[in-house]
Amino acid sequence: MNRDELKTIALEELINVAPDLAGETVADDADLRDEFDLDSMDILNWVTALHRRLGVDIPELDVPRLRSLADTADYLAARLL
Amino acid sequence: MSGTVFRMPSLGSDMEAGTLIEWTHRPGERLHKGDTIAVVETQKGAIEVEVFHDAVMGRPLIEPGETVPVGTAMAELEPLEAIAEQGPGAGRAEGPAPAAGSSGAASGAYERLGGTARGTGPAETSAQGRTPAAPGVRASPAARRLAAERGIALAELTGSGPDGAIVLGDLAAAAKPGARAPAATPAQARPAPRGGLDLAAMRQAIAAAMSRSKREIPHYYLSQDIDLTVATEWLGARNADLPPAKRLLMGVLFIKAVAITLPRFPELNGFDRDGRFEPSEAVHVGSATAIRGGGLIAPAIHDADRLDLATVMNRLRDLVSRVRSGGLRASELSDPTVTVSSLGDRGVDRLYGIIYPPQVAIVGFGTPRLGPWVVEGGIVPRTLVTATLAADHRHSDGHRGALFLAALAQRLQEPDML
Repeated sequence: MNRDELKTIALEELINVAPDLAGETVADDADLRDEFDLDSMDILNWVTALHRRLGVDIPELDVPRLRSLADTADYLAARLL
Repeated sequence: MSGTVFRMPSLGSDMEAGTLIEWTHRPGERLHKGDTIAVVETQKGAIEVEVFHDAVMGRPLIEPGETVPVGTAMAELEPLEAIAEQGPGAGRAEGPAPAAGSSGAASGAYERLGGTARGTGPAETSAQGRTPAAPGVRASPAARRLAAERGIALAELTGSGPDGAIVLGDLAAAAKPGARAPAATPAQARPAPRGGLDLAAMRQAIAAAMSRSKREIPHYYLSQDIDLTVATEWLGARNADLPPAKRLLMGVLFIKAVAITLPRFPELNGFDRDGRFEPSEAVHVGSATAIRGGGLIAPAIHDADRLDLATVMNRLRDLVSRVRSGGLRASELSDPTVTVSSLGDRGVDRLYGIIYPPQVAIVGFGTPRLGPWVVEGGIVPRTLVTATLAADHRHSDGHRGALFLAALAQRLQEPDML
């Protein structure tokens, strides 16, 4: 799985927890919380989904590092690849 | 035997009418207390409404697509003996029966409905409602009927109802009468910001409820800074070793702390009924949830004072997901006995809530922040949160409200006891 695939997965799971964002353009480096008004429950549900799908451990202290899709792909890649 | 009628429920003081989307049971089918009997479109989206006692589904009195005021009789309910009287076959008809599949009395009752139901073409209606016009596509019977009338292909639409089912609102957006789906303009074809939800209608509902609240309820407001350091550290340590699915949010501690503090302050938990206070033994905490694009809903976590933190978290997670994608139940909207509004981690220091009638209190939590705090004569940085109370002065006084906030602050110093 390469970085682009991880980005795609991150976006898919984001849309799953926030279906109202379907169809929105999500720039790679956009701050997800600010740009899309994600609250702490949305973020936790998203991290839960990434954990389930990829089997990657994401400690709570690391969650703030998943700032944008690009950051998230980098983080996941470092853990998985 | 004599039955009762099921009426359009009020899902909050701001609701005047609702539109029946579909019946989820057929005449003759057994309804257990709490079962969903119908899906109703309201300003808060498509809501599953439940029955409040065991009964047998009787004759529908309104048709899918009809909009009726709150309190209007929607269907007859028969007592449980009705099943026995109609013979053994009727009681076992469960789930969405296929066209010819419903057994005996249930099917017969449904056919008889054709002669008495209001609305146009009842015979065609019942036939089309049960015909799977587009196999594999989930859609309400009303949506199927309308789609058939207008020549709209259901498979081309995105459903916003429960489990992605296509409902009336999706069809209204997709095409005008006589027009085929592809004729929709790009603007119309865009999915709604949230499943089935008309944000403009929700804005109106909020405006009506909040105007009434500010007009009728003499609010008083109190605030209290609370040292949240212990709770924050406790939560961080607890979550550190847990997979994401088992982690708790600080908002859950707030809800639980409010819930277990309220029984000592009954004048803050219940309803105003025409100026008289009706206390509630149960503590159903409405959790204010913002909707992207505007609007908010505060569905209830039932009996929050009796649930452990993990269960409150699961309930909250479930509620938020259904706020986002549809499927809230009527009881969750109509029976919160108090509201908690937390700004989460991206807000401001404090919020002063407006009471959601007929409730009598709302507790607000600002965003936890690092701030100076005096501990044993020295100034130290601590994690602080400001809790506020807005309460109805007709039913409680500031002194009691202050005691409530002090007790709440104390609860949050012992997170392991929550």
